[in-house]
Amino acid sequence: MTDPVMTATALERHYQVGGGLFRAPRTLKAVGGLDFALYPGKTLAVVGESGCGKSTLARMVTMIEEPTAGTLLLDGKPVVRDDWASLRTSVQIVFQDPYGSLNPRQRVGMILEEPLKINRPEMSAKERTEKAREMLGMVGLRPEHFDRYPHMFSGGQRQRIAIARALMLDPKVLVLDEPVSALDLSIQSSVLNLLVDLQERMQLAYLFISHDLSVVRHVADEVIVMYLGRGVEKGSRDELFAAPFHPYTKALLSATPQADPRKTKERIKLDGELPSPLAIPQGCPFAPRCWKVQDKCRTTRPELSDEAHTAACFFPENGGTPA
Amino acid sequence: MTLLRIRNLSVDFATATGKFRAVDGVDQDVNNSEILAIVGESGSGKSVSMLAVMGLLPWTATVTADELSFDGHDLLTMDQRARRKIVGNDLAMIFQEPMSSLNPCFTVGWQIREALRVHLGMGRRERQARAIELFEQVGIPDPEKRLSAFPHQMSGGMNQRVMIAMAIACKPKLLIADEPTTALDVTIQAQILDLLASLRDETGMGLVLITHDMGVVAETAERVSVQYAGQKIEEQPVVPLFETPHHPYTSALLDALPERATEKRLPTIPGVVPGQFDRPAGCLFSPRCKFANAKCKAETPLALGSDLGYARCFYPLNSDERAAS
Repeated sequence: MTDPVMTATALERHYQVGGGLFRAPRTLKAVGGLDFALYPGKTLAVVGESGCGKSTLARMVTMIEEPTAGTLLLDGKPVVRDDWASLRTSVQIVFQDPYGSLNPRQRVGMILEEPLKINRPEMSAKERTEKAREMLGMVGLRPEHFDRYPHMFSGGQRQRIAIARALMLDPKVLVLDEPVSALDLSIQSSVLNLLVDLQERMQLAYLFISHDLSVVRHVADEVIVMYLGRGVEKGSRDELFAAPFHPYTKALLSATPQADPRKTKERIKLDGELPSPLAIPQGCPFAPRCWKVQDKCRTTRPELSDEAHTAACFFPENGGTPA
Repeated sequence: MTLLRIRNLSVDFATATGKFRAVDGVDQDVNNSEILAIVGESGSGKSVSMLAVMGLLPWTATVTADELSFDGHDLLTMDQRARRKIVGNDLAMIFQEPMSSLNPCFTVGWQIREALRVHLGMGRRERQARAIELFEQVGIPDPEKRLSAFPHQMSGGMNQRVMIAMAIACKPKLLIADEPTTALDVTIQAQILDLLASLRDETGMGLVLITHDMGVVAETAERVSVQYAGQKIEEQPVVPLFETPHHPYTSALLDALPERATEKRLPTIPGVVPGQFDRPAGCLFSPRCKFANAKCKAETPLALGSDLGYARCFYPLNSDERAAS
């Protein structure tokens, strides 16, 4: 197997919130200890509900925020703040909302050329335009779109522009933060196809962040399920979807509606909601909502092992190895 | 029994650039204690048609219909005052964004008691008791304490439960849920959908579920109406709709679902939903349809019979004629 483009070990991000003159600030553990590796041409999907730390992870990987602990390696080199400016060109991001992520006052051509202007000052204006036009074609837009403004495009087309912009600097890693959840179903499939094509052609490593399991099942190679800032299960897509180990993964899969009216499946009903990330339970974070919970779960925190398919659970489903 | 009867409903919006037809000749019946789903992409007019029923459209909208009646009342000729008595009482609606549909300046208890005061004229103590009962019914833990919470102190799922509690406060005969779970996580979505279905079982109310999620439709609905660019293009019970769709749009939409994919590349629908300026002549789906011919591009298809799912198509799929030819 080829070497990973990016490796993260025990990646953590904590925030200090609240506090004042007489009150100590509290620590919010947005991401607590996550390991993963991104390989060229492969997609790692991160799934989880809102508040589980998916977006904080994206911000750390794209070097918008600094991890409070843990290491991030890009091409074998550690990512430190001093090198951010030069390393950022190889990690790019596509945001969820294509209506908010494009400057309405810039023409498409300008949007695409801007990254080059800043990061490749040696390039001439003509080369830049050429490269932008070429990229426009690659994401399935027409040459005449070059001089138009974002408002003249539909949601799907805007997302294509956002993808094109992210690819202008030939990145190695592309972080996709819910790239299709703002799009209609008929548009969603064409954007997903585009992403598949681009990955094959440019051997990109995708970090695909989503809450939609049916989309993840389609695009992912590896999947990490997150709950309250921690990975609770990790595995290849086929293994994880066929036989989830962690009760949370199982509940998440059973709660995802399937477009088949004949299928009567028993839905695992989870009581309650995600606890506040300010007060993560001492033991297993999922313990308060889990139906298999034992005393051990409430006191000791299970961890992920090094196996290919692993769950942070003492009493896993489907014959998984207990943590 | 038919609770809501809509015939040839159209809604036009006066915009700066001229008239825009958001809903175009929609017929729809909703019966007692059934779950009807209206599906469609954004801009298909699914919300607007139900807002027209509720009378919640802005003044720029012109509503025309041959018939628009709810439970024996004619909603077209009814004056505002009489309509106000029905809306929120027998006819209630849940909106997509629970965070922005609740008033941030008042506690949720105040907001739910307001509905009880205005429509049912209950006394103070009675209102409080009913509010607690409603919160219990929708599964809000610790109801007495939660009644004095403000919307920003609760999560999206809890706020959506408050919205549902408010909507069912006066035991409506028809509940319209406009994308009730789109803003929520899947585990919460499952809880809310189960709640709506169980409320339907208990009270026998009709439920209209507006959504774009085919998974939600398959699991919750009994009858499905598909809208495209303001027109209803097909209506069938849920199982035949998923197994033998008659309109090419329905079929293409189902094929585009990632979970039905057999290979890495998904089947797609080319083009986009027509907007105000590029409405095609003839069948509205013809520019994107792989079966379209000259006739489709020139003439407007009318809705077919119930055996073909009222499909607005000259060449419906999965029909006997097509199989024979």
